[in-house]
Amino acid sequence: ITIMAAAARFFVRGAHPKLSFSGVCASAQRSLGAGLLKLSPSCASRTKTHKRHAAHFTFQPDPVPTQYGPTQKMNLFQSVTSALDNTLASDPTAVIFGEDVAFGGVFRCTVGLRDKYGKDRVFNTPLCEQGIVGFGIGVAVAGATAIAEIQFADYIYPAFDQIVNEAAKYRYRSGNMFDCGNLTIRAPWGCVGHGSLYHSQSPEAFFAHCPGLKIVIPRGPVQAKGLLLSCISDKNPCIFFEPKILYRAAVEQVPVDAYTIPLSQAEVLQEGSDVTLVAWGTQIHVMKEVANMAQEKLGVSCEVIDLQTILPWDIDTVCKSVAKTGRLLISHEAPVTGGFAAEISSTVQEECFLNLEAPISRVCGYDTPFPHIFEPFYIPDKWKCLEAIKKMINY
Amino acid sequence: MYRGFPLDLFMAQCYANADDLGKGRQMPVHYGSKDLNFVTISSPLATQIPQAAGAAYAVKRENINRAVICYFGEGAASEGDAHAGFNFSATLECPLIFFCRNNGYAISTPTNEQYRGDGIAARGPGYGMLSIRVDGNDVFAVYNATKEARRRAVAENQPFLIEAMTYRIGHHSTSDDSSAYRSVDEVNYWDKQDHPISRLRHYMTARGWWSEDDERSWRKQSRKTVMEAFEKAERRLKPNPELLFTDVYKEMTPQLDKQRESLWRHVQQYKEHYPLDLYEK
Repeated sequence: ITIMAAAARFFVRGAHPKLSFSGVCASAQRSLGAGLLKLSPSCASRTKTHKRHAAHFTFQPDPVPTQYGPTQKMNLFQSVTSALDNTLASDPTAVIFGEDVAFGGVFRCTVGLRDKYGKDRVFNTPLCEQGIVGFGIGVAVAGATAIAEIQFADYIYPAFDQIVNEAAKYRYRSGNMFDCGNLTIRAPWGCVGHGSLYHSQSPEAFFAHCPGLKIVIPRGPVQAKGLLLSCISDKNPCIFFEPKILYRAAVEQVPVDAYTIPLSQAEVLQEGSDVTLVAWGTQIHVMKEVANMAQEKLGVSCEVIDLQTILPWDIDTVCKSVAKTGRLLISHEAPVTGGFAAEISSTVQEECFLNLEAPISRVCGYDTPFPHIFEPFYIPDKWKCLEAIKKMINY
Repeated sequence: MYRGFPLDLFMAQCYANADDLGKGRQMPVHYGSKDLNFVTISSPLATQIPQAAGAAYAVKRENINRAVICYFGEGAASEGDAHAGFNFSATLECPLIFFCRNNGYAISTPTNEQYRGDGIAARGPGYGMLSIRVDGNDVFAVYNATKEARRRAVAENQPFLIEAMTYRIGHHSTSDDSSAYRSVDEVNYWDKQDHPISRLRHYMTARGWWSEDDERSWRKQSRKTVMEAFEKAERRLKPNPELLFTDVYKEMTPQLDKQRESLWRHVQQYKEHYPLDLYEK
């Protein structure tokens, strides 16, 4: 008998692989996604193999924002909840749906919202991503606000047709009679230390090849809330990828009231004169550390830019910076070939050719699937980025 | 396990160590065995369902009295791939057993939020497919249903859908606390009243095939065996990092080879920052 194995999505919604077979630490876990996020301090000393789970970055909080009213300490998943809460309160048409969102979601982003706003506004769907997005498009076309959750960005592909052929083209193909601009798709994104092939992907480049979509990735709680609220109110379908490793690791003072951060605007986080570093999401924190290392070890001054919106992206801010520094390093976790760094590199080369002092450098994932046990070697860590800076300076 | 996959290989996969047949690339519980005709598990849900139809079609053409069995849950049956797989296997007359374990929950989502029809078995007729619902907590019922399904699937070249009704007593995973979405009483009921293992044990005890003493020593021995395999797997080194780059394609591409070399140069230069001592050389 030939056996086709069942796809055990055993962890798919957040098991901690270390814990799923150690048992020793299982009691430390309290919620699904939580298990994926915690680095399990209670387990940390158990074996030397846990060393590999040490985070590859240090989260660096933003200064406390003063322009949006009172703030509260929130981690990234709480800031997402706060944005959704503001939306449900102010927009009576808004609905939130996806797999397991009713009880709060596997990453706890919708905790309490069903009790507060009702089960017709925050609800589970059957387990079907193409259904979730198709349903969301319908909600949006009918004029209501649709906020769809795909449980992991790695599982968005069954919905690829609905996103690429439907959501992205709704307005264009109908001569602007119909659109699904009220649709926002949220999905946890990026590496998490032990997520392997199907809980680590950064699929933004697939969608960046699709005119009509907006793609946004925040670097921390303050940006997450402001950018998510911008996506929700934006009149185009948006994909909002949330760096899952930051859900708990990133804590900031986040404004309690609603506020928006403009889409398609990159943010210069640190000014510098020698090299421009461009990244988004988690990788921003790697870049900030690299900028400090470059200053300390090499005496090189780096300008750090958080792209924030991948599509349509802020060409001006990046090119203005490269015109000044003459060097550009772009870094993302997704495979280097056909990654969004390629697009940035190509555009900058066209716009800033005469300003360039060295070839544009990409430090990205290798052209392989995201590997489980080899993650420490796979990721574009600070040492690889630092080495790339050295090479550019010595070019 | 009953097919003969060794405990040490289960552990090797879970620990992603150098003995893992999957070369440390996947998360725990993604087993596979070429020798045992068990295609390596992937995380995305329901993708195996249409693939099973294709495999069964190929098996049919080989005319070697074989069938394919495809496992999934009632949650996965909501995916579009499930529809495609059911429909393909029926229209293309594939010798295939669809084995659906309906355990009441897809993580937190109960079946009444998953479907409103009469479960998964009831979908069979809609596809022109034989289907049967069995008490999944009754070992003999499951055995007999599967045996008959296999006989008919092969003899008549058609798919057969089995829906085994059971209950997920455990949490979805060790990271899940299911008390957030279901009552402890509900879980206790199934655990105490209708547990497939205790039911079989009671049956065997009633017939004098098993005793408290057998149970005690068997548990003790099993625990010991598992803990030994566990510790052995934990101590074993991880696979050589070179394996990060192989098997992307059948052959190593020049571009990948270049990336592999650049990683090695880098890791040699910055070796203190990489956990090389945990990996095979």
